[in-house]
Amino acid sequence: MAYDTSEGGAARLVLFLCLSLIVLIFAVAAATAIGDYNIPLRTVFLSVTNEVGLTSAGIAPIEQSVVWNLRLSRALVAALAGAGLAICGAILQALLRNTLAEPFVLGVSAGASTGAVCVIVLGIGAGGLSLSLGAFGGAFAAFALVALLSNGATSGPNHTILAGVAASQLFNALTSYIVTTSGNAQQARDVMFWLLGSFGGVRWPDFQLLLGVVIACLAICIWMARSLDAFTFGDEDAAALGVPVARIRLVLFAVTALLTATIVSMVGAIGFVGLVVPHAARYLVGPLHMRLLPASAMIGAVFMVIADITSRLIATQQTVPIGVVTALVGVPFFAIILYRARPQT
Amino acid sequence: MSVVAKNLIWGVKRRTIVSDVSLMVAPGETVGLIGPNGSGKSSLLRLLAGLKRPMSGQVEINGQDIAQVPRKALSRQVAFVQQSVATDTNVTVADVVRLGRTPHRSALAGWSEGDEAAVAHALDRVDMASRRKQAWQTLSGGERQRVHIARALAQTPQVMFLDEPTNHLDIHHQIEILRMVRDLDLTSVVALHDLNLAAMFCNRIVVLEAGAVRACGTPEEVLTQKTLREVFRVTAQIVGMPGADHPHIRFSPE
Ligand SMILES: Nc1ncnc2c1ncn2[C@@H]1O[C@H](COP(=O)(O)OP(=O)(O)OP(=O)(O)O)[C@@H](O)[C@H]1O
Ligand SMILES: [Mg+2]
Repeated sequence: MAYDTSEGGAARLVLFLCLSLIVLIFAVAAATAIGDYNIPLRTVFLSVTNEVGLTSAGIAPIEQSVVWNLRLSRALVAALAGAGLAICGAILQALLRNTLAEPFVLGVSAGASTGAVCVIVLGIGAGGLSLSLGAFGGAFAAFALVALLSNGATSGPNHTILAGVAASQLFNALTSYIVTTSGNAQQARDVMFWLLGSFGGVRWPDFQLLLGVVIACLAICIWMARSLDAFTFGDEDAAALGVPVARIRLVLFAVTALLTATIVSMVGAIGFVGLVVPHAARYLVGPLHMRLLPASAMIGAVFMVIADITSRLIATQQTVPIGVVTALVGVPFFAIILYRARPQT
Repeated sequence: MSVVAKNLIWGVKRRTIVSDVSLMVAPGETVGLIGPNGSGKSSLLRLLAGLKRPMSGQVEINGQDIAQVPRKALSRQVAFVQQSVATDTNVTVADVVRLGRTPHRSALAGWSEGDEAAVAHALDRVDMASRRKQAWQTLSGGERQRVHIARALAQTPQVMFLDEPTNHLDIHHQIEILRMVRDLDLTSVVALHDLNLAAMFCNRIVVLEAGAVRACGTPEEVLTQKTLREVFRVTAQIVGMPGADHPHIRFSPE
């Protein structure tokens, strides 16, 4: 099925965004209510309005604190991380013209993990900022390596994916090497956090930072959405349509590296979201990036919040790595998309 | 707009692919580019359209060195129809032709009536107006080719470079498209393999051989038995056609 993108499509997008916003609000509310210890939705609602200063209902301080300080921030960071990864996937799939492209597949997540591990284990610098910087450096190193291996823009899209596979192998090996040779048991456990992905431990400052980064990156991407459409038939064709290909690629690769690095430094390397969400979004709103990017962001947000809820429900005492859940939830979903999007013959 | 190439040289590693090509296309002229496979037609067209940078020499469009013109401004005047294109994205015919408006739109501008008119007109010119909503993937080879020509038309260019635009087209559309290119008020350079079509629709013909200009002139001047034998390695007779102002080539099996 292909979409007509005439004016009717814009109304469709607005409707879609409104609906998905409602779903997102419900998902976040559910994520805040559900946990080792369930809190009624009414209490959740009142806790939030209390904190914002709208009400002053009598809520047990412990419940209010759990809702506000632990669960709400966690749910919102999950939503932003999902949105950010989905945007990265949509951008990379367009630039590389490959439906498999996403930060995880291209080794960018692996690079960011290595950078973060360097900071934790080798103790380069200290504090949250240097951790993010480490992840950012790692993400860029991975991008540079992929660009180098795939010989810049001249090689085919599949070549880049192969280079990405090589890069993620290399960076995962580096991470393991650093951890096994210079880490102690505690550090090894800390590092597992980055390798598997978890939303435990995120707080409001993480949310604020991530919100800023996601909004800025989304704005840049929307600004370049028209140019991304022009990549449909390849780089050279985009150039023939007046797109400054080298500049757009550079900016957008930097944006994806920044987003991925920020997300990895907070919640670890989570795969599959960047891969599956843009496909779902394309199915729902069509291939034009002006619509695809906001739609991907919304679906990614909902998807990740639901994945987080699931990760807490399937095993009560343990935390199931979020990457495991995104794959478990995502694969059947992906199968449906593949099935329905098959070419009509 | 005129197109002037001065001593273009381009190659890869040790191999020179376009060697010292100079040519001048007058405003409104349709120039045919012929030559055997691998003679450098596509490469030359890419250089002319500014999609590749020459190692030396320069291209001037309307008297301006295109290396100095920003990509977007250049694409408002110059359209390029590639020899073959492909995509995995599920786009409609209308989406593809709309891409032709890219150089005319700012980052966030809405879709204007002018844009819509250009797209509708372009689709009409190539007989694809009734297929607006069809998925591009499901088009036949010739239909895809026509959609890409429509996209170039939607760019409302003054200069058009077409790399084998008659590929996959049935004879009616081969003639239609070339007639349209000739009659449109634009300067065009067209790479072609069908020498009779080139003779029929081009004001002048440039023969490329191993990256160099072998001959350049009107169809009568260029399409001689000697050139055909030496460049294309075929035996042919050039026959004048009563009532036609262009030569006709009859190939012999020998
Ligand atoms: N990027 C490149 N790297 C290496 N060789 C190249 C490159 N681009 C073109 N060539 C070579 O240059 C020669 C000319 O190629 P070009 O595509 O311009 O030929 P053409 O005249 O358009 O041929 P055809 O009639 O088959 O379309 C070919 O031998 C091709 O292999
Ligand atoms: Mg060619």
